[in-house]
Amino acid sequence: MSTGLATVAPKPRSPLGRFFSAENRYLSPLFITLILLVGNLSFGLLESFSRTLLAIGTALSLEIVLGRWFWGKIPNLASGYITGISVGILLRSPEFWPYGLCSAIAITSKYAIRVRGRHIWNPSNFAICAMLLVAPEFVAALSIQWGNTVWPMVVIWVLGAFIVYRVQRFHITATYVASFVALALLRTLITGHPFLAEVAPITGPMYQLFIFFMITDPKTTVTPKWAQCLVAGLVAVAELILRLAHIVNAPFFALTIVGPAAMLVEIWRSSRPAKTHA
Amino acid sequence: MRSNPLRQFVLIAFLAAQLAFPLVYKRLQARAKEPMTVDPATVLARYGFRFQESAKAAGIDFTHTAATFDPKLSHIMPQVASMGAAVSIVDFDRDGWPDIYVTNSGEGSHNALYRNLGDGTFRDVAAEVGLADVNLPGTGVSTGAVWGDYDNDGYEDVFIYKWGKPELFHNDGGKHFTRVTDQAGLPKWVNANSAIWFDYDHDGKLDLFLGGYYPEDIDLWHLNNTRMMPDSFEYARNGGRKYLFHNLGGGRFEEVSARMGINSRRWALAAVAADLRGTGYPDLFVANDYGVSEVYFNEGGKRFREAGKETGIGAAPKSGMNAAVGDVLNQGRFGVYVSNISEEGVLVQGNNLWMPRAGTSGANIQYDNMATAMGVDLGGWSFGAQFGDLNNDGFLDLYAVNGNVSLDRNRSYWYDYSKVAGGNSAIISDAANWPPLDGRSLSGYQQKRVWINDGAGQFKEVAQLVGVTDVYDGRSIALADFGNRGALDAVVANERGPLLLYRNTVSPENRWIEFELEGRTSNRSAIGAQVKVLWNGQEQVQEVSGGSGFCAQNQRRLHFGLGKASSVGKVEIRWPSGQTQTLAAPELNRIHKVVEPS
Repeated sequence: MSTGLATVAPKPRSPLGRFFSAENRYLSPLFITLILLVGNLSFGLLESFSRTLLAIGTALSLEIVLGRWFWGKIPNLASGYITGISVGILLRSPEFWPYGLCSAIAITSKYAIRVRGRHIWNPSNFAICAMLLVAPEFVAALSIQWGNTVWPMVVIWVLGAFIVYRVQRFHITATYVASFVALALLRTLITGHPFLAEVAPITGPMYQLFIFFMITDPKTTVTPKWAQCLVAGLVAVAELILRLAHIVNAPFFALTIVGPAAMLVEIWRSSRPAKTHA
Repeated sequence: MRSNPLRQFVLIAFLAAQLAFPLVYKRLQARAKEPMTVDPATVLARYGFRFQESAKAAGIDFTHTAATFDPKLSHIMPQVASMGAAVSIVDFDRDGWPDIYVTNSGEGSHNALYRNLGDGTFRDVAAEVGLADVNLPGTGVSTGAVWGDYDNDGYEDVFIYKWGKPELFHNDGGKHFTRVTDQAGLPKWVNANSAIWFDYDHDGKLDLFLGGYYPEDIDLWHLNNTRMMPDSFEYARNGGRKYLFHNLGGGRFEEVSARMGINSRRWALAAVAADLRGTGYPDLFVANDYGVSEVYFNEGGKRFREAGKETGIGAAPKSGMNAAVGDVLNQGRFGVYVSNISEEGVLVQGNNLWMPRAGTSGANIQYDNMATAMGVDLGGWSFGAQFGDLNNDGFLDLYAVNGNVSLDRNRSYWYDYSKVAGGNSAIISDAANWPPLDGRSLSGYQQKRVWINDGAGQFKEVAQLVGVTDVYDGRSIALADFGNRGALDAVVANERGPLLLYRNTVSPENRWIEFELEGRTSNRSAIGAQVKVLWNGQEQVQEVSGGSGFCAQNQRRLHFGLGKASSVGKVEIRWPSGQTQTLAAPELNRIHKVVEPS
């Protein structure tokens, strides 16, 4: 998921404004922690706190060790924390080890798979897809709801939208949501299934975490705003194709396919020598 | 940056090792398993028992038929009408041989009562005694039955719960059954999937708990609309109400659930009563579909207090479909087994084995889910499960059945199911929003689980090896010693499938002892009586149950395996009346009939 927030030129702001700003690297961790606490205390969202703590602990430990080894310094841990907590929420397993392993894969992938100094996969997205592929007997992705009323969902949507707006990623979320709804309509036309059935997944917490934290990750999204919107739309299109093939965890796999492809294109484009005019 | 090719290579190798870990783990697990084909003699020597399916040979020829509801549900009919096959054990005619009652769910279909003829065969006498034709159109269809002597006349009566009108039948001396529903004061219509007999207030008369699944104002054959599904896959509270019928005597019951503190509209699928805290009074455990389980602590027979959250049981919501109790570690305390759903990569809830935490007891008892640690968590789309010492080694084993809807083997409904199940209440609660099942399977054709207990905290799965090879959609399982020979046989009721009888052959060097209790001051069925057997430094507690598992009831007689013990130190019986009784060194390898001292 998001490893923090995009860097923008600082402007004089009130303390509250600074708190809800892109410079605040801890805004996303705070928000996701709030989601976790409220979700679990109200609805028993987690498999258990101990499993989530294992995921967070593994992510932070490995981030410290690999960061020190790779960069020669301990990196800011906000990113590792979000990775760990994301794994702790999004992964479901009655066993303990998948939580540790998934976090380990996420953090390691960030350091191991790099192209021209950039990691191309969102770490937790990559790790969850890997776990779903290599250990489906033991794991599944989060599929439960925020209770059985609409209000928790509305609160998360409003808060999440506000925060991604403040950190200048709202356009990505909005593009994806609009694309998803439009393509849900298309799926209805293709499958003949009720529109509400096709649009149902986006009402669940898994999607809320996906659209607010995962696809908006600044480290693994392309730079131009228009390209970010294009990639969000392409993720939705890839998801449409996977859904028509009855892939249950379609959004994760769609992002795993489209995200790095977009990154590679951007890296390739930026590595080309600039054209010179005579 | 201190990155270099060597570091990168090491990191990639590290990542590859992590990705390979699950594959290695699975490989090691597979290697630890026994080869799948072992000859019967080796199986008997290795595991101490083996099953042989022998329903047809025993004269049992019963195939469950499912209900067909309102056409508004036709697109998902096999899914919504996926329950109703149930089995319960009773010696209805007191001839000393356990009989089998099995429910059917097609409109106009007949239930069956297989009388044990004592020679290894059975004969269906349901029609003769008046217990067959109970699924008449307009009255709903059976989903289960529980037996208990509510009037203490010495013969077990039967309560048949339905998606429809519940029925109570009085046993007239083991010869015939008389319908007494109207005098009893039972409700007109309940869509129930669970009921148990228990004497919650120790007045010597059996009371009845009845758990609703669909709301009671829904007639599944005549729906006003399609908004009848759960309003959440995990937090649903729009299910049927719960009933607690206090036995007033004279064949009359009074509904007291609200007064006694039982107010729930969760989607109950299983219930069991047992003294979980050592108070002498039976507590009530309810496993709910689409949510957390509930445990109702019995406050001296005067009130129930729901204690799910405070005990740890009511934390993570799953799809509870079974409730069975057993003294799993021979420590004199009951664990509770709740089955849930596990489907690879889609929904891996894992079953729950709630074990009392060491150092906690009484009002402060806490439970931990030890299913994964003990190896009994992954059982597919699990339904009924029962504890019983299948190999008489002195430790309770676990037999679990599974499989939800088996239609087209090659096409799965899971994608569409998960799509809607994860949606908001406004979407999931309306059956019209559910994509059509269209002949697809939903966790179908699953292999059953027979876990044998090593007594040291680990279970080993041996179903295929010991002869449990069917892949029907198992619902309800009951254990009984049909041959009175010290071996627990298994009867399995399958949805839209045959009733199976797995005969058990147990290694003869393992000893056993059984107790058939009859109350006097306590209820005559002795439901709630606890028997503790002490032998060779071991002790195991069992309690006479008025229903457990999923829509099931084991034989009332208590069966203890004793391993290679040559004697039993003593046996302590605690009757529901509070009276205690000790049997010194009872003879092994026999059934002891014990009557409560007056």
